[in-house]
Amino acid sequence: MVRITRKVEFSAAHFYHNPSMSAEENRRVFGKCNNPRGHGHNYVLEVTVAGEPDPTTGMLLDLKELKDILQKEIVERMDHRHLNYEVPELAGKIPTCENIAAVIWDLLKPRITKGRLDRVRLYESDDLFAECTA
Amino acid sequence: MSGSSGLGETNGRKISLTRRYRFAASHRLHSSSLSEAENERAYGKCNNPYGHGHNYFVEVTVTGPVDPASGMIANLGDLDPFVMREVIEPFDQRYLNEEIPEFRENVPTTENLCKEIYRRLAKFPKARLERVKIQETSNNSCEYAGD
Repeated sequence: MVRITRKVEFSAAHFYHNPSMSAEENRRVFGKCNNPRGHGHNYVLEVTVAGEPDPTTGMLLDLKELKDILQKEIVERMDHRHLNYEVPELAGKIPTCENIAAVIWDLLKPRITKGRLDRVRLYESDDLFAECTA
Repeated sequence: MSGSSGLGETNGRKISLTRRYRFAASHRLHSSSLSEAENERAYGKCNNPYGHGHNYFVEVTVTGPVDPASGMIANLGDLDPFVMREVIEPFDQRYLNEEIPEFRENVPTTENLCKEIYRRLAKFPKARLERVKIQETSNNSCEYAGD
């Protein structure tokens, strides 16, 4: 088995706020991230697909195909968007790194038909990432 | 709020959160159970009695259910001060061999450093420590998951 990884970047705004908690509790739990005007990140997404390479092409999957899936499913949905308001899959969820990574996994899982989705790693900064694994 | 992965494993996926920290420290690789010549052979330049240092990166990975109220496995407001107190403050700008009690006997190799940092962080009360990765230089790293 081999694992092949493709990286893509997108930039988006968000803030953390749970409407079922008081204003004070929101500030305590989320700190600066609770600023209602929002803030943003350059997210770096690494998507890993696992499987056996095709003996004829030597490829597990066509990376161009994976690039197109990431563009359509993730970049077009999230790039230069406000994650609290503009991504229906995140509606009702706090757009943390964990929740965004999980949404990305769920969006990509049915689209990866050659090999299988093995890992989704989403960097919010060089010092923080969430990872979903099979 | 609707939860995403309340059980930690949902839709065939497991989720973790990794935070990177850094500290700078000096050390010397020298084993009291080896002769001078054996130390020289085992550790080479790293055996220099005056010691040397590195800018270490520490990657801390925690796992567990994503709290639906916060959307988080662990709040960095809890994890950061814990790691600072347990590892970064005692290790940063220190001579590991003499200033960290565990390395008075154990050689502070990247492997032993990784295991010691894992031991210190395993008691984090808010999530399960999955693994610790230490990067000593951009060419060397070590991972330990408690097994």
